[in-house]
Amino acid sequence: MLIYVMRRFLYMAVILLLLSVVAFIIIQLPPGDYVSAYIAELETMKGERMEEAEIIALRKAYGVDQPIYIQYFKWIRKLLRGDFGISLQWQRPVIDLIAERLPLTVMICALATVFTYAMGVPIGIYSAIRQYSAGDYFFTVVGFIGLAAPNFLLALILMFLFYKYLGLSVGGLFSTQYMNVPWSVGKFIDMVKHLPIPVIVIGTPGAAALIRTMRGCLLDELHKQYVITARAKGVAERTLLFKYPIRVAINPIVSTIGWTLPWLVSGGTITEIVLSLPTTGPLLFQALLKQDMELAGSIIMFLSFLTVIGTFISDILLALLDPRIRYERST
Amino acid sequence: MKKEKRKIGAEEKFYVATQWQLMWRKFKKHKLAILGGTILVIFYVLGTFCEFFSTQDLYKQHLGYIHAPPQRIRFFHEEGFHLRPFVYGLKRRLDPRTLRRTYVEDKTKKYPIYFFVHGDKYKLWNLFPTDVHFFGVKEGTMFLFGTDKLGRDLFSRNLYAARISLSVSLIGVALSFVLGCILGGISGYFGGRVDMAIQRVIEFLICIPTIPLWMALSAALPKKWSPIKVYFGITIILSIVGWCGLARVVRGKLLELREEDFVMAAKIAGASELRIIVNHLLPSFLSYLIVSLTLSIPNMILGETSLSFLGLGIRAPAVSWGVLLQNAQNVRTVALHPWLLIPGLFVIITVLTFNFLGDGLRDAADPYK
Repeated sequence: MLIYVMRRFLYMAVILLLLSVVAFIIIQLPPGDYVSAYIAELETMKGERMEEAEIIALRKAYGVDQPIYIQYFKWIRKLLRGDFGISLQWQRPVIDLIAERLPLTVMICALATVFTYAMGVPIGIYSAIRQYSAGDYFFTVVGFIGLAAPNFLLALILMFLFYKYLGLSVGGLFSTQYMNVPWSVGKFIDMVKHLPIPVIVIGTPGAAALIRTMRGCLLDELHKQYVITARAKGVAERTLLFKYPIRVAINPIVSTIGWTLPWLVSGGTITEIVLSLPTTGPLLFQALLKQDMELAGSIIMFLSFLTVIGTFISDILLALLDPRIRYERST
Repeated sequence: MKKEKRKIGAEEKFYVATQWQLMWRKFKKHKLAILGGTILVIFYVLGTFCEFFSTQDLYKQHLGYIHAPPQRIRFFHEEGFHLRPFVYGLKRRLDPRTLRRTYVEDKTKKYPIYFFVHGDKYKLWNLFPTDVHFFGVKEGTMFLFGTDKLGRDLFSRNLYAARISLSVSLIGVALSFVLGCILGGISGYFGGRVDMAIQRVIEFLICIPTIPLWMALSAALPKKWSPIKVYFGITIILSIVGWCGLARVVRGKLLELREEDFVMAAKIAGASELRIIVNHLLPSFLSYLIVSLTLSIPNMILGETSLSFLGLGIRAPAVSWGVLLQNAQNVRTVALHPWLLIPGLFVIITVLTFNFLGDGLRDAADPYK
């Protein structure tokens, strides 16, 4: 077990390192560099041109005159000290901006995961047991539409329906009076009221896919001989279902719980932008539009870090729960 | 007696049928897949010949008809049934208090619809100049899906958008097909260290959340690029992640097939590796490839739509469904003009039909089951 955890941990560390390379590439992608952008900013603000010597001094100070791999190592060293650079657009440290918003993103993703499984598994079981019933057809249709509608469209339509029939404006995560005040019980209750729409929107495609898989897996099991044998022996239907086929069918679904995370984060980003939630999605979007790449690269790195770490934790938990995984993967 | 004979005939046909005939037979039984396939063919024809099927020019503005609602095609008039369909004209009213424009049908004005009418001039595929449109009105206006905030006909714009949205996904899938086949093939056929490396790369790419990555990459496309360049840029970005799933399918199937006797036989007969791959292995899993291709197209469409909706994908003046949906970003606008959501309906239908088609193909891919 320990070997398995160590191995997974090492593997995760390598992936995190690679992710930092990707983030660095993203930061370097747009033409020009940080210093030229900074100089342009300064010049438009002061309205005067900078001296050549000053520019060279600046370039040296920020190290952009060095080869790219040295810049990368310097950047990593800064990261390890917790220095993620300064956002051009906000004129604040990147780390502060992300720290403000990341917890909310994590919370929404976690809730969406819970929603996905809470909806997907029971409905999938129901659809399989009552195959070709009216309910099965209904959920199949709903599931297909949930899969086919892009997240942002679902968000738009829900917002539209709420606005049109209930007269509610549902964007954001807080009402205006709670926007810039510290946490309180009132603010928390207000946030809980705003949560359902983003959680439903982000969780629906995943839930739809889960219904399909759960239904398929369970149907495969239900036609196996041991089920027929159990029935012939007169085991009560309910006991039979929950004791054998459902347990077997649910296994592949639970063991892929970590794989849904990248998906959720990905869909979450765009939903957050449409609903203008105070999370990392809109921050990333604004940063990209303004070409504030230090911020954008860091956000992407954080989002991917979270997904990788989340996957790691879910893998470890699964190995703890299911000895088969432990043996299979440690050999 | 006669009946029995026919039955035997049918059974014999089953045994002599080729694999592809069996697949087609099984596919035909899947009603939803047939429906999906038909709708897709219609969409692709509409998109390919969008200049011909659209009723108006893409950029033509009708300043008197800003945010006009869709006009309904009618067969019944006060006097009774008309064989030739027509639309009523629109009368504009300005609410004196809210200053909002509202439109009502003007029943005194009737514009009959004709096939093959002469309308706005265009060049089909930029090659053949003509002004014949599939259908339209000779006088007055017809906005089947309403107009946008600049008074442009949304029916025509949706058709033009179909061309871009549908072709982006096709080209993207073609690119990921090539990448997936080559890398998956190498990985599965040679195995060992190469396989290890490629599998790790795939696992790595899969753990990055796709939309943020796509957003960053497409935001980095230079602002000065022409629409065509942006179009191909977006396609390449979409296929960067798209090939992973395909490569896995190819690898898995290859690993399975590599152990088969006929591969061994070919090897002993002295066939080269390329020949074994192309002549013996590829035909065996082509059907599986087609299935996973069909199922990966929806992701491309959703990706393109999402990016364009945010303004990071296809850029105006080019139109795609995502670009059209940008008009619907504001809830208040949508509440007043719900027809701005029509492009979303197209996206949903397209993705659904690709899923149906993929399901049907998957069942058909294994005709002996």
